[in-house]
Amino acid sequence: MIRFFTDGINCFIMRKFSPVLKVIPKIRGGATKQAIRLSEKTIAKTKQVNNFFTEVADFFLFFNRFLRETFSPGFEFREFLRQCFQIGNKSLPLISVTGIIIGLVLTIQSRPALINFGAVSMLPGMVAISLIREMGPVITALICAGKIGSGMGAELGSMKVTEQIDAMEVSSTNPIRFLVVTRVLAATLMIPLLVLYADGLGILGSWGGANIKGDVSFVLFFNQAFGHVHFMDLFPAVIKSFFFGAVIGLVGCYKGYTAGRGTESVGIAANSAVVLSSLLVIIIDMIAVQITDML
Amino acid sequence: MDATKIPTITPAKPTSHNKVIEINNLRKGFYGQEVLNNVSLQLFDGENLVVLGKSGSGKSVLIKCIVRLLDPDDGTISVFGENVNSVNRKGLGELRKKIGFLFQSGALYDSMTVKQNLEFPLRRIKKDLTQKERDEKIKEVLEHVGLSEALDKMPSQLSGGMRKRISLARTIVVDPMIMLYDEPTTGLDPVTSDEISSLINEVQKKYKTSSLIITHDIECARATANRVIMLHDGNVYLEGKLEEFEKSTDPLIKSFFK
Repeated sequence: MIRFFTDGINCFIMRKFSPVLKVIPKIRGGATKQAIRLSEKTIAKTKQVNNFFTEVADFFLFFNRFLRETFSPGFEFREFLRQCFQIGNKSLPLISVTGIIIGLVLTIQSRPALINFGAVSMLPGMVAISLIREMGPVITALICAGKIGSGMGAELGSMKVTEQIDAMEVSSTNPIRFLVVTRVLAATLMIPLLVLYADGLGILGSWGGANIKGDVSFVLFFNQAFGHVHFMDLFPAVIKSFFFGAVIGLVGCYKGYTAGRGTESVGIAANSAVVLSSLLVIIIDMIAVQITDML
Repeated sequence: MDATKIPTITPAKPTSHNKVIEINNLRKGFYGQEVLNNVSLQLFDGENLVVLGKSGSGKSVLIKCIVRLLDPDDGTISVFGENVNSVNRKGLGELRKKIGFLFQSGALYDSMTVKQNLEFPLRRIKKDLTQKERDEKIKEVLEHVGLSEALDKMPSQLSGGMRKRISLARTIVVDPMIMLYDEPTTGLDPVTSDEISSLINEVQKKYKTSSLIITHDIECARATANRVIMLHDGNVYLEGKLEEFEKSTDPLIKSFFK
């Protein structure tokens, strides 16, 4: 099926560029060399397209296997709890610092503009909404893509290189169920919790920022902040955070699990896991914003 | 382990002529390049069969096909009379429980202690054991490989030889009937290599296993082999007793036994 699909794409590209190949015998000297260079470019381009579609198809096959193992009996609950601890608890310091700083910076940057309009009382609500709707989920997901995605890519990649995944398989253990399902589900569950935690600390940081140049009580600030936040601000943000978590876990595991056999492939797996999962987080965010806008 | 205390244990004689593994006309290639080309061999009950060959001759591919870590392109592999290629997922799991695989790199789980490494296959293969029985079994195999003190260590704290011995302990902890050794002495000094070779023979005697030993180390082959097969360019080049190999005038075989 995949072969059929990629062959079809190749065929389309070759047809598009094939006149160059057909005229080679009819033209002379330098012109022939140019045509050959063009045809080499075409072949290289075809290979790139081929690789891209093969990678996409591989990813969907991996996702299909993940779904099948998730819903089959024999869930590795102990490993799932261990992964929740690794992803959730061990990310807390980084998320704490980031959340506070984002709230603080957002407040310090917006305050002068709001003062000009005499709308400084809107500051807590504005910061709370922008943190809960957008900044909290996206920044947390991007940080987790860097920390968790690269960790999964490197860990599973090195397990592949050192034959640990093979050892697991010959020990009658399903490596997808043990390594992938637990990690992806843990990331899917933990990232929304980290997002809520980052939102809370962001608002706390914002209160700190508001108090650097002004004077506002903790209770008043929080009352004003949450007074502007509605259910439909929080709900879509939490839902998209689940998707962020799933995509970070899936991409990290996919890149690690399908890493090559050499040690350099561990680095490549970690790097490409971060790049691809960050990109997908942004794309999912864009789609989520469009859907939320329609509601 | 002190070098002067290395026990020189010779391999036990095969107990019967029952075939535990039978491979017929096995072919396997990667990206159009044939690695195994029509390989046929048998492993008999209780014997140590050594598969010799240069690097890249397809030795590791051969044993990976036996446990279906790789799918062969053609040919059949039977383990205890069951066709490995056509067995379903559950059947493959059951078959793998009877086979122990010692990986070239040891393949110890980096994130687990030695105890957890040994517990991992026990929990999955011997599900009916209590925690106390599991602990006793782990203690027994660690004593067998001479590393009782390594129980709570991480794999990163172990030397190459210790990792190999712990890996062997992890393999024998579930009492396999067949042992597959992938280059068991590669990367080890001669003293540690001798220790590992003796351990292979000890395992064969104590647990009554049939073993397939993939190696290019002649000393390991001398210490462990009941029978030898030589692979060359993906084919079985010669099969027989080690003495026949040592007497051979064939330049390729002579180059191995220099």
